[in-house]
Amino acid sequence: MKIFVCVKHVPDTAATIKVAGAVGFEDGDLKFIANPYDEYGIEEAVRLIEKQGGEVVILTVGKPEAVSTIRGAMAMGADRAILVTTNCQLLDSDLTAKALKAAMDKDGPGDMIFTGKGSVDTESFQTQYRLAKALGLAVVNEVSTLAIEGDKAIAQRESGGGAKQVIEMGLPCVIGATKGLNEPRYPKFPDIMKAKKKELKEIGLSDLGIDVAQGRVTIENLEPVPERSGAKMLEGSVGDQVIELVRILKEDEKVL
Amino acid sequence: MTQANSKTGILIEMENGLVKETSLGVMTAAAGSEIYALILGNGAAGAKEKLAEYGADHIVSITASGDVSASPDLQAEVLVQAIKEYQFDTVLGTASTTGKDQFARLASIIDEPLVSDCVKVNIADKTAVKSHFSGKTFATLKVTAAVFLCTIRPNSIEAAAAPAAGEMLDFAADAKDPGLVKIVETKQAGDAKLDLTEAPIIITGGRAIKAAENYSMLDACADKLGAAVGASRAAVDAGYAPHTMQVGQTGKTVSPRLYIACGVSGAVQHFAGMKTSRVIVAINEDKDAPIFSKCDYGIVGDIFDVVPVLTKKL
Repeated sequence: MKIFVCVKHVPDTAATIKVAGAVGFEDGDLKFIANPYDEYGIEEAVRLIEKQGGEVVILTVGKPEAVSTIRGAMAMGADRAILVTTNCQLLDSDLTAKALKAAMDKDGPGDMIFTGKGSVDTESFQTQYRLAKALGLAVVNEVSTLAIEGDKAIAQRESGGGAKQVIEMGLPCVIGATKGLNEPRYPKFPDIMKAKKKELKEIGLSDLGIDVAQGRVTIENLEPVPERSGAKMLEGSVGDQVIELVRILKEDEKVL
Repeated sequence: MTQANSKTGILIEMENGLVKETSLGVMTAAAGSEIYALILGNGAAGAKEKLAEYGADHIVSITASGDVSASPDLQAEVLVQAIKEYQFDTVLGTASTTGKDQFARLASIIDEPLVSDCVKVNIADKTAVKSHFSGKTFATLKVTAAVFLCTIRPNSIEAAAAPAAGEMLDFAADAKDPGLVKIVETKQAGDAKLDLTEAPIIITGGRAIKAAENYSMLDACADKLGAAVGASRAAVDAGYAPHTMQVGQTGKTVSPRLYIACGVSGAVQHFAGMKTSRVIVAINEDKDAPIFSKCDYGIVGDIFDVVPVLTKKL
């Protein structure tokens, strides 16, 4: 079995984002990590291969610095990786999907493809769907339970209000992973050392015939969301504080 | 193109035969354009009055052959046919669990850009504002597209009445299911609760809730508020609540008009999921908890003392 896991190199969720210019952000000193949702995909793929044999191939579209994220994925157990390099900070979903497809075509088809349910940088939640459409494969997103039975995959996803859908599809398929699917492992030191020697191929985005200028989504402006400050702290007895809070929420804020 | 002569399709979500409040807000986002409220399956007639009151010039009841409810791909194909039939310039929906999935599928089919989970949208300019970096920044995106596709973050645009004709139309789609995925079962949650993502008010319990059974205290308060109950990651990881209740990074992104955090410390990752709420109230025993530096109103106190009083005073 050959499993592709699409992994995005994203700013650490705990990091402060400093906007640079109108549409960019300072990424020189910023800590980057594997997109948290993608880690569930890596873990699931590695577990499947540990059980059934085969290989896990990490596929990343990103800046050359994404190598650090890829090595981390390899330390979790992936066998090799392909990095499609671009200098674009925030490539749109459509171009990303095209790059992933082109890289897969070049490497040969996979039996399964994992992505995260979305990325925590652009939060577009659609690359996996575009990739699946381009490959003519089934796609299910926000998968929290997965079973492979023969050439069939059975996935569960939340459908709102805590309800869950059970969805069947044939292989190969594209699975967008989310929390609940598994508990991603922390690589041990020997695995980290081993990962440094694993095969990592780099291909330029333009070598795959993809031109960033063809993007149909343009960032016109990027601005920090103002932080709240100076909260009004209520005072007095518990009863007084609650009465005042309810009054504020009804009369001043009009949210009750 | 001006907004006045553009045609907008709005995918309406229904629940128990009623139009969801969040869908009405999506119609408000399209104010000024010619609005077609699209309803897949039954329910258009019952929804007519409400949809017309909130700006629907036309209400399209879409019927399709085949088991639409079992195939999200077939649903998307049906919607694509409706988009082509009425030649919409813009199609908007709710960034709910269902809406996000439907729009990503249909955007892939018609190969048009999609801006997900927007907090603002400008139909005339084809621009939309959405969160980037988990609520730390807002990005304004402009798309080049024949059909402008956007999903709107629930509750981010308040529904405003704007009476319109509400002309009833029928559209029978004849779409084929690509047969790739099949929903074989839907497991309902133990007890039907308000959907967290779309709830107008949310009350969340953090680690200080101490035990799963103590959520009943929040449930009682939520019943009075008409709120949904959420949990922080710490509470989920401690086993007090299921992941379906988690708000924040690796959980749900919510944007209610009122968010009450009970015993939540206020990690960056929690804020990533609720930062765009209109009013944030924090109740926490620790006066130095980070949440107090980023909320609107704070009460320093034990949640087991404060919440029951709140429930009583509501």
